Amino acid sequence: MSAPASSLFSPAAKAMAEKLGLKMGRANLDEFAATLLELAKANRNIVAVTSDSRGSGKLGPFGEALPGQLIEIGIAEQNLVGITAGLAAAGKKAFGVSPACFLTARSLEQIKNDVCYSDVPAVLVGISAGVSYGALGSTHHSLHDLAALRAIHNISIIVPADNFEARGAVRAAAQSEQPVFIRLGKAAMYGLHKPETKFDPGKAITLRDGRDVAFLSTGETVVHCLLAAAKLAEQGLQCRVLSLHTVKPLDTESVLRAGRECRAIVTVEEHSVHGGLGEGCAAALMQAGVSVPFRIVGIPDEDTVTGAQADIFRHYGISMEGLSHLAGSLLCVA
Amino acid sequence: MTDRELELKSIQLRRSLLRHIYHAGAGHTGGSLSCVDILNVLYNRILRVSPETFGDPHRDRYIQSKGHSVEALYAVLADRGFFPEAELETLCRYQSPFVGHPTRKVPGIEMNTGALGHGLSISVGLALAGKLDATPYRVFTLLGDGELAEGSNWEAAMAAAHYNLDHLTAIVDHNTLQITGRTRDVCSNEPLDEKFLAFGWAVRSVNGHHFAELTKVLSQPAETGKPTCVIANTVKGRGVSFMEDVVKWHHGVPSDADFERAMKELAAAENRLREVAA
Repeated sequence: MSAPASSLFSPAAKAMAEKLGLKMGRANLDEFAATLLELAKANRNIVAVTSDSRGSGKLGPFGEALPGQLIEIGIAEQNLVGITAGLAAAGKKAFGVSPACFLTARSLEQIKNDVCYSDVPAVLVGISAGVSYGALGSTHHSLHDLAALRAIHNISIIVPADNFEARGAVRAAAQSEQPVFIRLGKAAMYGLHKPETKFDPGKAITLRDGRDVAFLSTGETVVHCLLAAAKLAEQGLQCRVLSLHTVKPLDTESVLRAGRECRAIVTVEEHSVHGGLGEGCAAALMQAGVSVPFRIVGIPDEDTVTGAQADIFRHYGISMEGLSHLAGSLLCVA
Repeated sequence: MTDRELELKSIQLRRSLLRHIYHAGAGHTGGSLSCVDILNVLYNRILRVSPETFGDPHRDRYIQSKGHSVEALYAVLADRGFFPEAELETLCRYQSPFVGHPTRKVPGIEMNTGALGHGLSISVGLALAGKLDATPYRVFTLLGDGELAEGSNWEAAMAAAHYNLDHLTAIVDHNTLQITGRTRDVCSNEPLDEKFLAFGWAVRSVNGHHFAELTKVLSQPAETGKPTCVIANTVKGRGVSFMEDVVKWHHGVPSDADFERAMKELAAAENRLREVAA
């Protein structure tokens, strides 16, 4: 008998999602692949470059439908980024697609020089990011990528929270004249947005308003913040939830407004607590002289606990229960 | 342009790059002198590129992977009219676009290079784009022999052969020296020809200071369906007797006396050439 699969959502979290009317979608990775295929059918200048990663990048259908627009490099991520840069320099709209853990570590020098410093409009797509490959161990985790890329000039970093944001990110990247990094997870995601929502790179989306605690979050942790805010509402606390899908350039205005208007801030990300969204928000707040009770939730600087993404999230308090508890205690201290 | 005219031009280019390194107090002298004849042939006989056509998507591309020898490239681009040579007086100065490795801020330069092991992958990307668009431009890249220790070169070499990029030519500036010493003593990568052959390339070895030989191998792909590797056997520091094949000139900067002596040698070489011509 196989072990029961871990769920990212406890029964109570699932019930809360249902109460909020959230509908389960597909993985952001699947949404990316479908969007790219749709765009590439209309624009034959788009190419996808893979490092034996078309399966994990969900680009099998892309390769079948548009074989002339998928370039396979083999297991050679440095070469993948260099070639993607060369294609982009020659005028192709090139999407380099590879697991985030390899793409942003092994090929960091190619990202820095060939793409960013050379200023070519390449798109790099880090798949199965964060602890998506949780059980495969730390070799396959990318908990450094936001920190590494935030320190490199001339690249936007977009981390979609749901299918809507994933679609928006891919569409925006296809139009961008500057380098873009899109960071994707592979778990199925609840849809978080109202139909009338607009996706603008660099502009945070307010999912819920309030002035008690502000959850500033990015990527696949956003939904847990939304559920935590709903749980806190049952205790009479009105919490703000922002999806900061663009980690760089950061929507500093929204971060500062949260710091000025709310009683406390909790940042949440599927990344090391060092160098990611949380420290970006902290720097923005401190430099503007905004002082507010503040916590960074992410993966601590330790040998990451083993287990599936769901286990790792739960272990580090990235869950409705963990985040609502932390926010509540932060207000008590405040 | 005749071989004799190219020879004269190479002397002038050597003077130019030495003068700018001397005035800047910085630069990679030895490698610039080993590759300047190759660049002279490329820019005056092979590459379909000019200041006027640099924005043309059909232009040939040149990527200098061994970016540290940028002073040779600056001298050649200035000579070809991409920018006035006087601008090179700012080499390595505050806010100058002429830094110690190639950047796109300089007219005529395609990509920012200089971290080693990048140029061949970029060139494969450029060549793939040309192939996808059925645009018949050629792509050339210059690699250092020491640079070939970077593993990414071999990833790119594999991909170039896999995609039959016969419009791609990689030239190895095979001067056999690197910053620490003789490449075979640092970490031997010989035999280079057999390595590239094993990776599926067509390989040609030439004297990298011989204009007719260089012209012949660079004029067209060596074999249909295969990328071409030209192993250009060169002498580091070529053209200045006391710099030739001496490791300290990798990034040695001439003193006043060195500079004067080098200029005298180049002037004498020019006189000899002109006498023979006359």
